Amino acid sequence: MTYRIVHYINQFFAGIGGEEKAGVGPESRNGALGPGMAFKAVFGNEAEIVGTVICGDGYFAENMDEAGEKILKMIADFKPDAVIAGPAFNAGRYGTACGAVSEAVLKKLGIPVVTGMYPENPGVDMFRKSVYIVETSDSARGIKDAVPAMSKLIMKMLRGEPIGSPADDGYIQRGVRVNRFHDKIGAARAVDMLVKKLKGEEFKTEYPMPVFDRVPPAEPIKDMKNAVIALVTSGGIVPKGNPDHIEASSASKYGTYSIEGVQSADEVAYATAHGGYDPTYANTDPNRVLPIDVLREMEKEGMFSKLYDYFFTTVGNGTSVASSKKFGSEIGERLKKDGVDAVILTST
Amino acid sequence: MKLELLKVNIKGVKWGGSTEVLKDGTLQVSKEDLLAFVADDDNLKCINADIALPGESIRIVPVKDVIEPRYKIEGGGQVFPGMVNDVESVGEGKTFVLEGVAVVTCGRIVGFQEGIVDMSGKGAEYTPFSKTCNVVLVFEPKDGLEKHDYEKAFRLAGLKAAMYLAKCVYESGGAADKTETYEIAPFAESMKSYAGLPKVAYLYMLQTQGLLHDTYVYGIDAKRILPTILHPNETMDGAVVSGNCVSACDKNSTYVHQNNPVIRSLYERHGKDINFVGVIITNENVTLADKKRSSSFAVKIAGMFGVDGLVISEEGFGNPDADLIMNCRRAEMAGIKTVLITDEYAGRDGASQSLADAATEANAVVTAGNANMTVTIPPQERIIGFTEYVDVIAGGFDGSLKPDGSIEVELQAITGATCELGFNKLGAETW
Repeated sequence: MTYRIVHYINQFFAGIGGEEKAGVGPESRNGALGPGMAFKAVFGNEAEIVGTVICGDGYFAENMDEAGEKILKMIADFKPDAVIAGPAFNAGRYGTACGAVSEAVLKKLGIPVVTGMYPENPGVDMFRKSVYIVETSDSARGIKDAVPAMSKLIMKMLRGEPIGSPADDGYIQRGVRVNRFHDKIGAARAVDMLVKKLKGEEFKTEYPMPVFDRVPPAEPIKDMKNAVIALVTSGGIVPKGNPDHIEASSASKYGTYSIEGVQSADEVAYATAHGGYDPTYANTDPNRVLPIDVLREMEKEGMFSKLYDYFFTTVGNGTSVASSKKFGSEIGERLKKDGVDAVILTST
Repeated sequence: MKLELLKVNIKGVKWGGSTEVLKDGTLQVSKEDLLAFVADDDNLKCINADIALPGESIRIVPVKDVIEPRYKIEGGGQVFPGMVNDVESVGEGKTFVLEGVAVVTCGRIVGFQEGIVDMSGKGAEYTPFSKTCNVVLVFEPKDGLEKHDYEKAFRLAGLKAAMYLAKCVYESGGAADKTETYEIAPFAESMKSYAGLPKVAYLYMLQTQGLLHDTYVYGIDAKRILPTILHPNETMDGAVVSGNCVSACDKNSTYVHQNNPVIRSLYERHGKDINFVGVIITNENVTLADKKRSSSFAVKIAGMFGVDGLVISEEGFGNPDADLIMNCRRAEMAGIKTVLITDEYAGRDGASQSLADAATEANAVVTAGNANMTVTIPPQERIIGFTEYVDVIAGGFDGSLKPDGSIEVELQAITGATCELGFNKLGAETW
């Protein structure tokens, strides 16, 4: 079969005009146009550019939501099997548009998409994690290398072939860690690396350290007597039997459980699901991780107004930062909505 | 200090009337004698034994420890000092080794823990213990046995069995196929040796976070040590043994302590590219004060050695990432160049940051792979142990165990898969 491909380009590559025409809105044309002719030549009989969707870079930048929707509909009307966008080389607004269109195609239409950019194009940082961006040169002179590389990648996706490494398949690193077997064991690689480092020779770390985002702590509570306090834990305390099957490590979810009327996280009703620490002491007295008993006493003494009726719990053991961020923002939203003033976060 | 390892190359294991090596290199084991030797009637209801050979369709689960059979035949002390033998310093003389064999301990789950060893299929590619001929001990604890006591009982039984096998073979006249010699001179001499070569030590981090997260050094729970110095040869005689297997991919079984690949790799370059002066052990305790004390103390020792470089290996992940980075930063700030060995928890999709801590000084890192990566390991014809725990062990999740017996798990459930001593060839890169 011949795959149906739609090509997204800007006003310049469509031959409409340069910066003076950047304000033109989305339009749809049948068949290939501009750089699409080069793709057509490479695809041969295997794929066909059934349509080209064009939008001025300025228009897209100023009307992102509306333009994006229109473009997506125009693309969908061609009933394509895949989409290619650009290449945008080092054109910033064009790169951003290609990235945004590609991401929308992936998320809303769920079909393969490839774009191409120069690594310093601002669209790269914005979209490399979600879309495959083939590395191109900084100007349209690089079209002869960009077209075969983008075609090769989109055809691999269409055929359902596994995508190789950035070096093998010519795309810009997406920041995803992938396992592979080396020729040498890790210890030998480490000693090789140390010898090079000591000699002042060039060496390449296998894990470039990331820069962590830091969250500034919230302002302290001014009126403690009237505060509602919630308990949130990554120490894995759950109702006994772990009703939501929160994993012992690498948790994919968190639990929300009512503690209305509960005076103590006793060992009859609660236990830990956490696989990363000695659970003996937490299971003997779950209050050690989820201190309901002490908070109830303080509540009675009037130190604060109320212990929030639910606690949120997950397992921090080996759980990815992405999952933790997701859990954290969801829990935070809920606590804000319910008027909670402060949270006691316990770990293990 | 000089140690010779006399290694017998074992090609198979089978049960028989006596324990000895047969002419074809097969280790014959008297099951009855072995079980009698390791029996622990006070704590264990029963111990059974089984054999699992490379390529056989066998799954061993939940695996607690793996130990190489060794027995000292010359020099002070005996293997696993302070554990199953008197507390006498080891690392000198001659030690008899059954290479290619491992004792694997397996028993009902203690927590959420312990690993999987498949002898064939996809899972076998990731665990180093699919390549050894395994004598598997399967335990049943006595009813009501306290968890720490249970853990201790099977740990000691495994060590006893390993020593017993090597001892029997030696005493029945087994002959070594090769001898390896490891020697480093006393400090006064070694510090002056190899002028012009950089001095290098190994900072060996031991997991010490509590039940199934412990390590023992000459019988002492390493939580309670101050960082100290070991001669590298001591590890070869079992001075350091495992008491942990939670998230089994990156917990060091006794086998990898005995065959520490960092020590072997440093020995290989000793006198050629580096002057390997010794091993500093440190722990990974959970409180900040403990972390600071150990880190500061360990780097101080490295400074007293006057080393130019350190290889630092982590054990475990998450909380110990803080120890790893602290050790690295302190050493680099003291002018000591470091290379770290770790593994990664970058999420199943590999898109998250891999470690719980980071520092710009950590610019030379070797990774043993992303332990969150999932693999589907095919069913095996025979199960040794108890497969019903797969959903709840670390690395497993609801639905991990499929009706056909295949298992979809994260690599972290596979024993030794991302060993941070750098035992394997697995690594990771950014795509």
